[in-house]
Amino acid sequence: MPASVDLRIGIDVGGTNTDAVVLDRENTLLAKFKTPTTPDLTSGISLAIESVLAGLDEPVERITHVMLGTTHATNAILERRDLYKVAVVRIGAPATTSIPPLLDWPADLAEVVSAGDVVIRGGSEISGDPLTDFDADALAQFLRSVQGTAQAVAVTGVFSPVSAEHEFLAEKVVHEVLGDIPVSLSHGIGALGLLERENACVLNAALVGVARKVVAGLTESLQRNKIDAVSFLTQNDGTLMGLDYVLRFPVLTIGSGPANSMRGAGYLTNITDGVVVDVGGTSSDIGILINGFPRESSTAVDIGGVRTNFRMPDLVSIAVGGGTRIRATADGITVGPDSVGYRLRTEALVFGGGSPTLSDAAVAAGRMSIGDPEKVAGREETLKAAQAEADDQVWNAIDQIRPSRMSVPVVAVGGGSLILPKDLPGFDDVLWPENYDVANAIGAAIASVSGQVDKVFKLGNRTREEILAEATTAASDEAVSAGADPDEVEIVEIEEVPMAYLQDPVVRIRAKAAGPLGAV
Amino acid sequence: MTSNPTAAPARGDTTDRITHLGEEEIADLAVGCTVLAGGGGGDPRIGHLMALNMVREHGPVPVIDVTEVPDDGLVISAGMIGAPTVMVEKIPSGAEGPVIRSTIEQQLGVKAHAMMPLEMGGLNGVLPVAWASATGLPLVDGDLMGRAFPEIQMCTPHLYDIPAWPCVMVDERSQAIIFEPRDNVWLEKLARNAVSTLGGCACAGLYPMTGAQARGPVIRGTVSTAVRIGRTVRTAREDPFGALDAEVGLYPLITGKVIDVDRRTAGGFVRGSAVIEGIEGDRGRLVRIEFQNENLVALEDGEALATVPDIITLLDKHTAYGIVTEHIRYGQRVVVGVIPSPAPWRTPRGLEVVGPRAFGYDVDYVPVEETHARVG
Repeated sequence: MPASVDLRIGIDVGGTNTDAVVLDRENTLLAKFKTPTTPDLTSGISLAIESVLAGLDEPVERITHVMLGTTHATNAILERRDLYKVAVVRIGAPATTSIPPLLDWPADLAEVVSAGDVVIRGGSEISGDPLTDFDADALAQFLRSVQGTAQAVAVTGVFSPVSAEHEFLAEKVVHEVLGDIPVSLSHGIGALGLLERENACVLNAALVGVARKVVAGLTESLQRNKIDAVSFLTQNDGTLMGLDYVLRFPVLTIGSGPANSMRGAGYLTNITDGVVVDVGGTSSDIGILINGFPRESSTAVDIGGVRTNFRMPDLVSIAVGGGTRIRATADGITVGPDSVGYRLRTEALVFGGGSPTLSDAAVAAGRMSIGDPEKVAGREETLKAAQAEADDQVWNAIDQIRPSRMSVPVVAVGGGSLILPKDLPGFDDVLWPENYDVANAIGAAIASVSGQVDKVFKLGNRTREEILAEATTAASDEAVSAGADPDEVEIVEIEEVPMAYLQDPVVRIRAKAAGPLGAV
Repeated sequence: MTSNPTAAPARGDTTDRITHLGEEEIADLAVGCTVLAGGGGGDPRIGHLMALNMVREHGPVPVIDVTEVPDDGLVISAGMIGAPTVMVEKIPSGAEGPVIRSTIEQQLGVKAHAMMPLEMGGLNGVLPVAWASATGLPLVDGDLMGRAFPEIQMCTPHLYDIPAWPCVMVDERSQAIIFEPRDNVWLEKLARNAVSTLGGCACAGLYPMTGAQARGPVIRGTVSTAVRIGRTVRTAREDPFGALDAEVGLYPLITGKVIDVDRRTAGGFVRGSAVIEGIEGDRGRLVRIEFQNENLVALEDGEALATVPDIITLLDKHTAYGIVTEHIRYGQRVVVGVIPSPAPWRTPRGLEVVGPRAFGYDVDYVPVEETHARVG
């Protein structure tokens, strides 16, 4: 194992393209490579590593770290494949029995994922006091009934973000009855909101098999390329998770693609607070960086038709991309929402095709120079009108996501980003950093390690300062145990939310700590 | 503009009454409740899922008009009291409805004839559907607020000096507390304290009335109205605001975007304000909404454009879905719309209980239709 950080490979396996970069200790880009994503994960990652190494003049021994970001887990849910059968355990009866687990799931997904569910007695009040005693016997009985079918177990207790005691008791019973089976506990995954947290926890348990495949694929790719490095996956907040952590919390990799782009955009421009627009072939993701990290969504996020509440980047996605189709109809000019996608290089006008796209509009307007600009002759009016419409959609999306009326910088990244206008009224200039097209792989390579606490605290006899200290220390400890350098860890986000209608004051605190990789 | 200050749009219209609440009607009811809530009452989602689960098991819930309740038939109105933010975690057991029913029946020594929503806004417009289903009772097409309000005495029977007790509060362990207070305002204080002991939220049955008693105070037809609003908003493709106007009479104050929002917890309530900057035809205008759970006043240049008890509601500019105060955020495109208050609140006694002065504003109530034109 390498003793300290030297060269790093960052890889982003997206839906369309797989990008890879090599950075040195000073984060200088030494090599980059872009290739279409393959259906077979291992061969795609191997090819990307092999190709980016081919462009590097350094010995492979200098590669000390590999960071991978992937949308594989998201696609597994959307396509209902490789998902584990999950035994769903809720601890909360007699509360919560009016809404059974998975009630609002799409039927086909529930069918694939569920190995059965149960609501047993237990759980906690918001104060941390038990709702009722924990019913271990009922749990054991249920588990025996799913023995042989369940491949993983998801456990969610009422108010477990306040007191996780009953979730831990349940985990013990699961191991006693079912032996060495993966168990997901909800308090480590989502925030308040039982149904959304339970949904996230069940998805997490279902994704353990996918996580094992990704981890195996990465490990095998490294062996094939004779790389002896420490490897990580990136998660939804743009920070790293060790492979053992990935196997426990696979659902946290789901938003890592946009998070990597945003972190990469921030790194390439030295901007810590601003808006990032990541333009692909079919759509644009618009997010916001605060203190160098993607702002998290404060509302529930829908994943494959399931409402969840774990931490995800706050994004606005619009159907504006390099391949977005333009049509002139009797009612006027329409832009998208469909796209020529990966067929841009055969179907766009400038490449001799017959489908006007936003890339053609960008060429006609002089924003971009690809293909043959002569081929858009005679269509300028239509293209100009379509571009104005697309610009307007982008402006509106950016305006809706910015934190206040203050002017903020806008960073454009992604392969399709040259279709964007150079100035947006009310914002600072739009910036295109060098290597904007591989910002996501760079974002993976420069990622730091984080730890987070999101918990409800009872004030009791303690002061607010003591509770804040407890929360921030716990967040820092988690970051260090995930691999951050203990001397460099700092608190990057803290939020306090007081709760209403209670006798004893309680406060919800969300704290996040992050730091660069420590010497391994 | 109208010359009659107490003329509210036709409600309780029997031509398009809902007779049953099945899966689709419940979904529409939940959407309608976000519009009628005026920003309060919480996200209806938990109530929606509870009701959905019940009707999948027991079939649609029959809905009756209050005139169909016999003179001596008992109507129990019910709802959640406390913090919606606690209820999203400590979801009810489902036994609350039967406990409410049996406890009040025991107290009064008569059998219940029907359930009714306490308020027609947010979570509470939908929850009683689950309880009606669980108790096997029909649901009365009406409620005691015609919108959402934060306190127990802000119910129409209070205007008729009808007591809110015997009131039963029940938690998810089926522990029941029976209240027999001095008056409705005392009940509000006692109930609020009991709620915090029970962990921040509880379910309650209160204002038990006979059919004869209920015919005065009940605001008729509001379940049907909320379902129609939900259906209208959900299915209107081109102009949801025009469709909404046709249902309830919608007076738009401003089309704009949220440029500031401020929220804090005080005295057990979420208080705060939101500032809307005009866009399109309203460019250059600024309207400020102040709320205590529900939206209370809309101000422009220090002048009140609208106040409680008229229903001031932030509607999504594209879909016309209502936005609860917890979900307001910078950048949202909204139409601030006002729906005229149900008639009982426009009486002198009504305004004493829920007018702007009852919430600490030194302004007089002016019916929205005297100062504004409708959407159409």
